[in-house]
Amino acid sequence: MQPATRTILIGGTLSAALAVPVLAAAPATMDVTVTIPQLKVAEYHKPYVAFWVEKAGAPAKTVAVWYDHDMKANEGTKWLRDVRQWWRASGRSMTFPANGITGATRAPGTHKISFSRAQLGALAAGEYVLVVEAAREVGGRELLRIPFTWPGKAGAGGRAAGKTELGTVSVAFR
Amino acid sequence: MKKQLWGFAAGAVLAAMIAVPASAHRQWMMPSSTVLSGDDVWVTVDAAVSNDLFYFEHQPMRLDALKAWAPDGSEAVIENKATGRYRSTFDVHLTQKGTWRIASVVDGVMGSYDLNGKTERLPRGTTTANLAEKIPAGATNVRTAESNNRNEIFVTVGEPTNTLFKPTGKGLELVPVTHPNDLIAGEAFTFQFLLDGKPTADLPITVIPGGIRYRDQLGQIDTRTGADGKVELTLPEAGMYWVNVTTPQVEGEGEGPPPADAPPRRRASYVTTLEVLAP
Repeated sequence: MQPATRTILIGGTLSAALAVPVLAAAPATMDVTVTIPQLKVAEYHKPYVAFWVEKAGAPAKTVAVWYDHDMKANEGTKWLRDVRQWWRASGRSMTFPANGITGATRAPGTHKISFSRAQLGALAAGEYVLVVEAAREVGGRELLRIPFTWPGKAGAGGRAAGKTELGTVSVAFR
Repeated sequence: MKKQLWGFAAGAVLAAMIAVPASAHRQWMMPSSTVLSGDDVWVTVDAAVSNDLFYFEHQPMRLDALKAWAPDGSEAVIENKATGRYRSTFDVHLTQKGTWRIASVVDGVMGSYDLNGKTERLPRGTTTANLAEKIPAGATNVRTAESNNRNEIFVTVGEPTNTLFKPTGKGLELVPVTHPNDLIAGEAFTFQFLLDGKPTADLPITVIPGGIRYRDQLGQIDTRTGADGKVELTLPEAGMYWVNVTTPQVEGEGEGPPPADAPPRRRASYVTTLEVLAP
C-alpha cells in the first residue's frame, strides 16, 4: 500500500487524494441513545422529552419532542411549557404537532433515535451541544447537555448521566 | 441604577411613606400561569388587597375597572367573575397566541375648594368626567390633581409579543426592555417606566417576593429608575414577585396636615405581578 499511495501523491493529486477518503468516511448520522429510568412512584406518566441542538450565536434547533401527541383536541400541548428550558429556547415558537420532530412519549427503557445532518439543521462544521430535557407529569424535571463536534468522528461521542428523570444519554456518529 | 435593600425596617418605612388612603395594603392579581402552551388555553386570576403576598386575607379587589386585551389589541371577554369575602376571581380564555394584558386602571381626581369660608376636599370617586358636578355652585379656589392607578399583569401563550405595550401616555406605564413573561432567576432584566408617556428618573420601585407568610424577613428590594426611566434587576429565586411603583412624595409631605392652600399633588401608582421561572 505505501508505495502505491506515494505514487499517487507524487502524481500531483495530493488534495483530492486526502480529501475524498476523509469526506467519504465523515459520519452523516448522529445516533442518540436515551434511557428513561423505571421509577417506583404511585402515579407514573411517561415523561415529555425534548431534544435540541445549540450553537453559540445561533437559534436553538429542536430535533425531537416526545409528548402526548394523540390526545383529543391536541390537549397534550398544554404541558409542553413544563419542558421549560426547551420551551424558552425553541418550543414556544413552534406549532404542534411538528412533522418529523414530534412523536409519542416513550416507556421506561433504552431508546435509540437517529438524526441525519438535514434533521440536525444541516449543520456546518463546528462545536455544538445536544440538550435533552425531560419533564414528567406529577414528577420532576431534568436536563442534560452533551457537547459534540460536527462532523463527528465515527463511533462513540459524548455521554451524560441523569440522576432523576433521565438515565444515561449517549451520542454516537456513523 | 441598581440598589438592593433587604429587611423589614426599610419596608415599614416605605409602607408608611406611601400610605395613600386608597392604596393602603397591597393590591395584586395572581394568574394561574404566565407562560402557557396549548391549543385551548385559559388563565384564571385571583385578585385581592392584602398585607401578605400573595394571600387573600383582607379585602377582594374590585373588578369594576377590569379589562383584558388580546395580542391583536382587541378587548377580550372576562369570564366567571366573582367577588368573595377576601378575594375576587375571574378567567380569561386565551384564544390567540402571544402576550395578553389584564389591567385594572382607575383614574381619579383629588382636590379641594373653598365654600362659605371652609376648605372642603373633593369626595372619593371624583373623576375628570364627573368633576363639574362634584364642585358645588359658589365654590372658589378650586385645586385639583389627577391620580392614576394601574394594576396590570401579562400572560403569554407561545412566543412573547410586544403588540400591547404602546403607552397610553397617562399615569405610570411599563415599557419592556426585557419582556415581562421572559424572566429567569439569576438573569438580569430591564424595564422602563413612563410617567404620562415620558421616561421618568428616580421613580421608587418596590419588589417583594411572594410567600411572605412563611418567612421572617420581608425580602423587599427597593430601587429607583435611572435617568432614562430604566431599571435593571436580577431576582435570584424563581417565584412570583409583587412590583409597585408610586410617584414619590415631596420632602416633608405626610408629616402633619398640608397647609390649606397647598395644591393637591399629582399621584400615580403602578402594580404588576411578575413570574420568574427557574433556569
